[in-house]
Amino acid sequence: MTVSQELPAWKTGHQGPLLIVDQLVTRFATPDGTVSAVNGVSFEVSKGETIGIVGESGSGKSQVLMSIMGLLPHNGSSTGSVQFDGKELLGMPRDQLNKIRGTRMAMIFQDPMTALNPYLTVGQQLTEVLTYHLSTNPAMAREQAREVLEQVHIPEPGKRLGMYPHELSGGMRQRVMIAMGMLCRPDLLIADEPTTALDVTIQAEILDLLAEQQAVTGTSIILVTHDLGVVAGLCDRVMVMYGGRIVEQGPVRDIFYNPQHPYTRALLMSMPRLDDDLAGDLPTIAGQPPNLAHMPPGCAFAPRCSFVSEQCRLAVPPLREIAPGRAKACTLDRLVA
Amino acid sequence: MPLSSSAPLLSVRDLKVHFPVKSDLFAEKRVVKAVDGVSFDLYPGETLGIVGESGCGKSTLGRAVLKLIPSSAGKVVWLGKPLEDSSKTELRGLRREMQIIFQDPLAALDPRMTVGAIVAEPLDTFEPGMAETDKRARVVEAMERVGLPSHLINRYPHEFSGGQCQRIGIARALILKPKLLVCDEPVSALDVSIQAQIINLLKRLQTEENLALIFISHNLSVVRRISDRVMVLYLGKIAELAERDEIYRNPRHPYTQALLSAVPIADPDKERAKKRVALTGDLPSPINPPSGCVFRTRCPITVEKCRDTVPMLEPVTGSHTVSCHRWREAIELLME
Repeated sequence: MTVSQELPAWKTGHQGPLLIVDQLVTRFATPDGTVSAVNGVSFEVSKGETIGIVGESGSGKSQVLMSIMGLLPHNGSSTGSVQFDGKELLGMPRDQLNKIRGTRMAMIFQDPMTALNPYLTVGQQLTEVLTYHLSTNPAMAREQAREVLEQVHIPEPGKRLGMYPHELSGGMRQRVMIAMGMLCRPDLLIADEPTTALDVTIQAEILDLLAEQQAVTGTSIILVTHDLGVVAGLCDRVMVMYGGRIVEQGPVRDIFYNPQHPYTRALLMSMPRLDDDLAGDLPTIAGQPPNLAHMPPGCAFAPRCSFVSEQCRLAVPPLREIAPGRAKACTLDRLVA
Repeated sequence: MPLSSSAPLLSVRDLKVHFPVKSDLFAEKRVVKAVDGVSFDLYPGETLGIVGESGCGKSTLGRAVLKLIPSSAGKVVWLGKPLEDSSKTELRGLRREMQIIFQDPLAALDPRMTVGAIVAEPLDTFEPGMAETDKRARVVEAMERVGLPSHLINRYPHEFSGGQCQRIGIARALILKPKLLVCDEPVSALDVSIQAQIINLLKRLQTEENLALIFISHNLSVVRRISDRVMVLYLGKIAELAERDEIYRNPRHPYTQALLSAVPIADPDKERAKKRVALTGDLPSPINPPSGCVFRTRCPITVEKCRDTVPMLEPVTGSHTVSCHRWREAIELLME
């Protein structure tokens, strides 16, 4: 990994946060009743920062991104506040939102095959972004598209412009997605499981590429993933989600070396690693992730937690600060390793 | 662990699976070489991990070993008996000793059957005429062995989570007490916390029943957890085969080294200090594989010999084999 632990000057400059999410609640109306996917999530993203959101399926991590981007399906709605560079995004009219999305905020999806248009060539999809958002003339747009493909290390970029997505390999398609995301030099890049569908050697290349692009452009990144290894390599700060809430957040080293929420710790321990000692069974988390349609009244993790007390089942523990820049939503004072 | 004195359960020799590709009428017939000359032995109670990236032929190999898809050449010998010589009825009889579980646990279960009926189906096939009460007792026993409460016997697959569906698949595979279980990416679709439960379950069942496992996965950390020996496949050929600790501590093939160094470690300091063996390019087409060593187009230390001569599997130690012309100096060259 090429990311250093020390923040460069442009990362520590005292500017206001780029993105402020406050008490975000996202609900879906389904035939079985209302499903609360996100239950009061608040966080900030500073300029040039990389934030990791980790959690298992149903933790609400992807829906946080969809809510920020205004990409919820028709049965979904959000309340709370999402401020991007001082502007409120929730409830913003679509035409105004479209001026921000794609130019100042871009998103990379998990599956590049479904996110790219199979009817258009790579060149058409890339130049469309520029002609639509920046009214670049076609010849210049094409040249810029070729340049950006070169930046994401696609061999023979000129030739690739005329190709359709199905003619490219999975790793190459994900590079095209990143290229498309980076075309307008966005201030914020949102990546939803960008390497989950890829093979491990290709994943490593794509992660290097993201870090490299960030070093060049100073983009802030929100990376959603279930893979703790990916977070360890790329992120400055980490938020752990469970049952639609943030259960712990803090700087990446603190989260990995001194997890303070029982779920974070259990998650770290239950993951098989290349460097563990293989002694005994792999620690597991008993039970199943919660059903978002029928959430328990107290802490969502209480039914699976080995430190559970009566208090945990009564009310949801609030996310409280335990050290500067660190917070957890747990009734326990201290979790000793 | 394998005992060198015991006879292998399964011997695979130079197995090839080639799929014909649709081509023009008079054009040369083309084939995809999904598995191209793979040989290995599997001993009773042993776990062989098979790793590789998509398109390397690992799933095809798992299916070809069970004769679920026909092989083009080579031999699969089950307890001394070549399966190629077996008749269809004989093969069917042998199937009760070799079972398989799949990646997508829900897709592998019939949505219209109850869990009880799904788990009992192998009994209906292989022990027809069994009394209903006996059958129910066997199903309940199989369910409890995999950690499914027996009161769920009348439920349908959609009422279960992914992890529980995988348990149902395992119960169905184990009810006939097979000697071999092929696991094709059994935990890839599951969440981390559930994945650990299934890995531990498979390990426990294996010890209790002296079951041999072929564990196919793209996840090297999972394979390390469960395997006694590990095979690395690339484009249908064995790149390296060795005992678990040997291959993870002392990988010789540049591809194995690249794979291992690419796995992200959940430890920020280690992950950021890690040295990575970077590969160039993408997996070549298996229709038209490179000449000589199939890995040479992505290998960082390829030389002229790699283009002209196909590397043979050479022994590094007694149980560690590698197919690379430069395995002796590969570690040094790649770590520079």
